[in-house]
Amino acid sequence: MSEVSLVVNGRRVSGVVEDRTLLVHFLREHLGLTGTHVGCDTSQCGACVVHVDGKAVKSCTMLAAQASGSTVVTIEGLADGADLHPVQAAFRENHALQCGFCTPGMIMASVDIINRHPDGLDEATVREELEGNICRCTGYHNIVKAVLAASKAMNKSKAKGKSASRAKQAA
Amino acid sequence: MYSVNYHRASSVADAAKLIKKGDAKFLSGGMTLIPAMKTRLAAPSDLVDLNHIAELKGIKVSGKTVTIGAATTHYEVATDEKLKKVCPAIAELAGLIGDVAVRYRGTIGGSIANNDPAADYPAALMALDATVVTNKRQIPAEKFFKGLFETALKDDEIVTAVTFTAPPKAAYQKFPNPASRYAITGVFVTKGKDGVRVAVTGAGDNGVFRSKEIEAALAKKFDAAALDGVKVPSANMMTDMHASADYRANLVLVMAKRAVTAANAGA
Ligand SMILES: Cc1cc2nc3c(=O)[nH]c(=O)nc-3n(C[C@H](O)[C@H](O)[C@H](O)COP(=O)(O)OP(=O)(O)OC[C@H]3O[C@@H](n4cnc5c(N)ncnc54)[C@H](O)[C@@H]3O)c2cc1C
Ligand code: FES
Ligand code: FES
Repeated sequence: MSEVSLVVNGRRVSGVVEDRTLLVHFLREHLGLTGTHVGCDTSQCGACVVHVDGKAVKSCTMLAAQASGSTVVTIEGLADGADLHPVQAAFRENHALQCGFCTPGMIMASVDIINRHPDGLDEATVREELEGNICRCTGYHNIVKAVLAASKAMNKSKAKGKSASRAKQAA
Repeated sequence: MYSVNYHRASSVADAAKLIKKGDAKFLSGGMTLIPAMKTRLAAPSDLVDLNHIAELKGIKVSGKTVTIGAATTHYEVATDEKLKKVCPAIAELAGLIGDVAVRYRGTIGGSIANNDPAADYPAALMALDATVVTNKRQIPAEKFFKGLFETALKDDEIVTAVTFTAPPKAAYQKFPNPASRYAITGVFVTKGKDGVRVAVTGAGDNGVFRSKEIEAALAKKFDAAALDGVKVPSANMMTDMHASADYRANLVLVMAKRAVTAANAGA
């Protein structure tokens, strides 16, 4: 057994788990955070993607014990109260989900992609970067549209934030 | 997954001690070992996590000499600015491994210790004439890779780093399996002061190998046209559900041509 302790969606959590417990099972079964899904047993589908120390990783391919000491963000941790995260909002607006099974992983991977491309994204880059996320409803077209829209929205609000802080400095 | 005991090693010496427990295995990125444990293809009694050992991490570039710590992730290799300046080919190769989530966790040490016949790094190490550094000795790449999932490593031996001299010209071209992203065939070509080296992954039925035919043709002229009419024998190529031996033999030539063109255009 291992004592694991980590910060999940801003909350410090700990527990004693079997060493073989996967991070995804710790999140779902011990913490009740069932937004993170398991879609395969070959580490290929990406339904289980969460952020560990800021990076989008497959929580089905990591032990909870390996993650001990880390900061984890799951799909439940993205929204700001009742306000959806811009990527969640863009998925809704662009009809980027059908059954919704792949959606949590898609969104967590997309947030990571947008973070790594502060200068914006094009369609080819989004498609290539989403290689590790499979949608069994095959709704890729609208998913890609949503990521592009979210990237624009997030860059715009960042630019606004910057010019606002510049204006403040100037004042 | 069967029950297992997890240990987090704090140093190479600590890991060397911990590995003596039962039927223990090292755990690096876990991108190969954990899927294998989930399907019960691997069932170690203990896992020794190498991920928190500072001395195994990072990329050093000094002149043309490159040293990559064993626990350095594929993502770090793909995005390291110093490395991209002296040897863009290996950074590009790392960026072709699996998907981003795999690259964030998977490591160069884990990849070469595993020596999957379709993995990318073995081709790079063979073509770059790299040296594998362990906690016990230094092993030239050519002696390190020993066939399908076989290496020169002893059970309790830890890969600590990979080191090589960046050649003036190098490039990697890969024909990925569209589902798994592993190489159906990948060819790494280098041209340095000691000549031309061409290493092939994904195709051989005994793992990574150097193509003597292609090396001989390119030694005369380092140009894709020099490979027109060269025959790559299919006798020792792999046949599986993805491609036949003949198909792979042809792919080796096609990928080699693309790699030479890229190497000439690049550095
Ligand atoms: C979806 C998916 C796609 C992938 N696609 C590709 C691809 O396109 N190309 C490719 O090359 N690979 C691919 N991989 C494999 C990936 O590159 C792995 O990261 C790599 O093979 C193993 O590295 P690791 O750090 O994850 O090792 P682990 O899984 O932790 O370990 C692998 C083996 O190496 C041993 N080991 C680990 N570190 C050391 C060390 N320092 N010293 C001695 N022994 C050690 C372990 O005991 C174990 O036996 C893919 C994997 C996945 C899940
Ligand atoms: S459940 Fe993790 S990759 Fe499919
Ligand atoms: S929306 Fe159904 S799997 Fe993607």
